[in-house]
Amino acid sequence: MNGVHDMGGMHGLGPVEREPNEPVFHHDWERKVFALNLATGFIGKWNIDMGRYARELMPGPEYLTTSYYEHWLYGLELLLVEKGLITAEEMRTRRPAGPAPDGLRVLRPDDVPRRLRASRAARMDDEIPAQFKAGDEVVARTIHPMGHTRLPRYARGKRGVVDRDHGVFIYPDAHAAGLGKQPQHCYSVRFNARELWGDEASPRDAIYIDLFEPYLEPA
Amino acid sequence: MSGHHHDHDHDDVDAGPAWSDVQLRVRALESLLVDKRLVDPAALDTLIDTYETKVGPRNGARVVAKAWVDPAYKQRLLENASAAIAELGYIGRQGEDMVVLENTPKVHNMVVCTLCSCYPWPVLGLPPVWYKAAPYRSRAVIDPRGVLKEFGLRVPEDVEVRVWDSTAELRYLVLPQRPAGTEHLSEDELAELVTRDAMIGTGTVAPPAPKAKR
Repeated sequence: MNGVHDMGGMHGLGPVEREPNEPVFHHDWERKVFALNLATGFIGKWNIDMGRYARELMPGPEYLTTSYYEHWLYGLELLLVEKGLITAEEMRTRRPAGPAPDGLRVLRPDDVPRRLRASRAARMDDEIPAQFKAGDEVVARTIHPMGHTRLPRYARGKRGVVDRDHGVFIYPDAHAAGLGKQPQHCYSVRFNARELWGDEASPRDAIYIDLFEPYLEPA
Repeated sequence: MSGHHHDHDHDDVDAGPAWSDVQLRVRALESLLVDKRLVDPAALDTLIDTYETKVGPRNGARVVAKAWVDPAYKQRLLENASAAIAELGYIGRQGEDMVVLENTPKVHNMVVCTLCSCYPWPVLGLPPVWYKAAPYRSRAVIDPRGVLKEFGLRVPEDVEVRVWDSTAELRYLVLPQRPAGTEHLSEDELAELVTRDAMIGTGTVAPPAPKAKR
């Protein structure tokens, strides 16, 4: 979706503000939002692409005026209800109206190290022929899907060169929509800065973007 | 604004009435999830402790220092970063598929995630606020040299800047250049010099300050 989360190339969002000796979390509620997201995610009712998409669904004006962990909180509340772990009424009142569904794999403290270390395996073993190889000239498609996509707007319609084929991965556009993994090759594509931004950009610089095969067509 | 104590300016962003609202909202959500037995509070504490005290940029610094002193390791790191980083035990969530980018006198690499906040957790920990915030995400790709200047880095015109937008499940770690005058330092001492920003590509590694200590 063409949301405000897709920020590459936007102007007017202010200077980069750094904080010396920044703590990992600034508030206790940030710790909790982080941990609640991971813990409930491990129950397995949604995948990481659904998680990202849920945050993107936060209305743009709100997204731009709230902090990062508020985005996470928004997405979490959405998914808990959408995936049936909490009813809408429970979310509204913050009071339990009945037991949770049976048979859920609730994360225990002893499981944490193992679950964090076990790969989520976005990389797939599927042997799929690659349409492109390093050195091929490609164009990023001009598409404007309403759902989740990892093709940023600033690259659409632009011409680049495949730098490398990373291999086969879960296709996030399908995965976020609950349509399965639909494995695809993912390529690093090199775009000259001037192709993306015009003559004001340095003739020497380049942007490398990881793009799934369905985003690309031969140049 | 009870219950938290920070002196820095950034708290102002959260310090208004919205702060207590969100705090209450999260607290109520947490008790609901605990009451429904969807989360185990002890598991929450373990998760928080992991990312607050066990995982962080010191991990990445060890990878960089090893690559500086061990050419065979550096080669493995550039050829198969995930496996080479796993040799040091740094594996898992948000670091399953790693790519290491080598900075040279001719190429400066920097990493961004314009769409969200993708970041290599096992080697760098959780990202700083600026990495996740709109200014960096919007500007790193259109004005990398301007952003780097704000970080105190002036990249000469004859050096190519490569910006890597982490739009998929690959996670990037920059291998900064080893500073001159560090030939006498041990791997551990070198690791001390490596900063988080140098491994994102928004910094470089400075030689050790000439102190009388050694």
